[in-house]
Amino acid sequence: MAVSVNEAVPAGPVRDRTPPARRVAGGRGRSVLEVVLLAVLAVVMLFPVLWMIETSIKENRDVYAVPAKFIDFQVTLAHYRDVFVAPGGGRSALSVAFLNSVLVAGVSTVLATLLGVPAAWAYSRFTLKAKKDQLFFILSTRFMPPVVVVIPIFLMYRTAGLIDTPLGLILIYTAFNLPFTIWMMKGFVDEVPPEYEEAAMLDGHTRLQAFRKYTLPLLVPGIAATAVFALIFSWNEFVFAVFLTSSDSVRTAPPAIAGLIGGTTVDWGLVAASSVVFALPVLLFAYLVRKHLVAGVTLGAVRR
Amino acid sequence: MAAIEVTALHKRYPDGTVAVEHVDLSIGDGELFVMLGPSGCGKTTTLRAVAGLERQTAGDIRIGATLVNDLPPAGRDIAMVFQFYALYPHLRTRDNLAFPLRAEGLPKAEVRERVDEAARLMRLGPLLDRRPRRLSGGEQQRVALARALVRRPQAFLMDEPLTNLDAELRADMRTEIKHLQGELGTTMVYVTHDQVEAMSLGHRIAILNKGRVEQIGTPLEVYDRPASLFCAAFIGSPPMNLIDVEVADGRLRGKGGLDLTPPPGLPRDRDLVAGVRPEALEVTAPGADRSIPARVVSAEWLGDEIIYVVDHGGRRDVRVRMAPTVRFATDTRVGLRHTGAVPAVYDVRTEQLVA
Repeated sequence: MAVSVNEAVPAGPVRDRTPPARRVAGGRGRSVLEVVLLAVLAVVMLFPVLWMIETSIKENRDVYAVPAKFIDFQVTLAHYRDVFVAPGGGRSALSVAFLNSVLVAGVSTVLATLLGVPAAWAYSRFTLKAKKDQLFFILSTRFMPPVVVVIPIFLMYRTAGLIDTPLGLILIYTAFNLPFTIWMMKGFVDEVPPEYEEAAMLDGHTRLQAFRKYTLPLLVPGIAATAVFALIFSWNEFVFAVFLTSSDSVRTAPPAIAGLIGGTTVDWGLVAASSVVFALPVLLFAYLVRKHLVAGVTLGAVRR
Repeated sequence: MAAIEVTALHKRYPDGTVAVEHVDLSIGDGELFVMLGPSGCGKTTTLRAVAGLERQTAGDIRIGATLVNDLPPAGRDIAMVFQFYALYPHLRTRDNLAFPLRAEGLPKAEVRERVDEAARLMRLGPLLDRRPRRLSGGEQQRVALARALVRRPQAFLMDEPLTNLDAELRADMRTEIKHLQGELGTTMVYVTHDQVEAMSLGHRIAILNKGRVEQIGTPLEVYDRPASLFCAAFIGSPPMNLIDVEVADGRLRGKGGLDLTPPPGLPRDRDLVAGVRPEALEVTAPGADRSIPARVVSAEWLGDEIIYVVDHGGRRDVRVRMAPTVRFATDTRVGLRHTGAVPAVYDVRTEQLVA
């Protein structure tokens, strides 16, 4: 999860930093240097992505060509077909893995949001005994990296019959996303003045109606931002997926793609194509809610 | 319209903080009742308990003849105006006003009629089709007041409604609220930490401190005879001078020799403090009749009055309110004498009024 947050943050600040620097009097040399440095950085960061996209549309012989072909290669979509269609026709194992990813990530995000938003509201609005300790406890469940807990969870799951089931993954992802959702949403709820709800309660609504009709609509940007982060976590998650699932019919995309590498030959074209397909939904979703994402990232900077 | 009766109210939050220790209030039908106190004194919690937004730990609240302890806010037939106006940001003024009526399920024609009436009362005509973000602070507060009006509730609860406005607008709105309450004759409970607001608005004022009522009275009673040292220090700007005194020869005498007329029935064996308003003292030429020698420490020239800070040999310097025509330079030797009526006298230990 921490990785996804870091991914989302740099885009804004890096871009924002350039204009003020340019305004510095006599700072032309500096700004040229900055542009060069940023360009180098951009190439370093983006080249793997570009290479992945190129590889995904190259013929196999071009993939292995020495020296590498950057432009003059034959474009083919065969790898993309292989991602979805099995060699003998019918659905490929990868496409099943993608569907599993959609199911697991989608349902766990929805669950974490449905549980986390009301919890965040309650933590924001009510005075509770040891509220800070409770919140700290909730956050503390995220202190350990997944690798540390995966063995005990594996044993628990084996007893409970949740190994190699989509439900098992959904539950663990929900559990991992819930603390994050509660903490992030609590910040958003804190920003919405409680007077809206109180006024609505005096106007004839119950507390829950007031929350649903007045506070909830004002929270939509926050919910969108939070849900995207949760979705990215569930979509990218690898450790739990690789330990808790084994069959092709249940496996999600990350372990499935990783499974392509190894053995005697590696079909790099297929690896690249499935990686592109894997990256697209999250990119698209993040793009659609980018405004809300910025609002989420700059959380706390907005005064009421 | 209804009276509000608060009996032995106590509120402790789950985390252990006690917001209200013990409050008894008896607010008359049609009264404009002000709860005044510093922040954290329990005034807002008391108001919120009356509104039903907080459930009291103990004690009873009656609105009219109904015991409302277990009624939700919606069932209490009251309207509340908040410090933060809480207008629904996505609704135009007109819909903000109509909102509580629609929630009640009134027919359309009546809703329109009542909204128009409230808009006329609060002079909101040109603002009816704007959304809250396009209204100024004062306008938003007028809309919030109007929204409280349309319901024709049994009582208005006002939680520091003018705090967010600038000084000039605040004075205007104060007049407006007072006028409105007089016209409608609806019971109003008004919470503020601003003593000027309390004095100018209230029929009666309750001064709260640390979750308890220190004094309830009309503005003049509260001003003339504060019931405790806390009230004495809280009401009035500058506040009352507190002068250590002892009884001697049937007179009250301050440490610096200031001579005061004692109220009847003073206890003998206690340390006493006299509360003297700044306007009950007078700075005179040195050696004037009945005056004691004193020295001007500083002077605040306020235009319509001068506040002299005077050292008279007592434990604390006193503040004296004088007409702007009477001028003494800083550090001059002057005389100081008491010109007012019998002062209020407090027991130093209990901090309560003794006579």
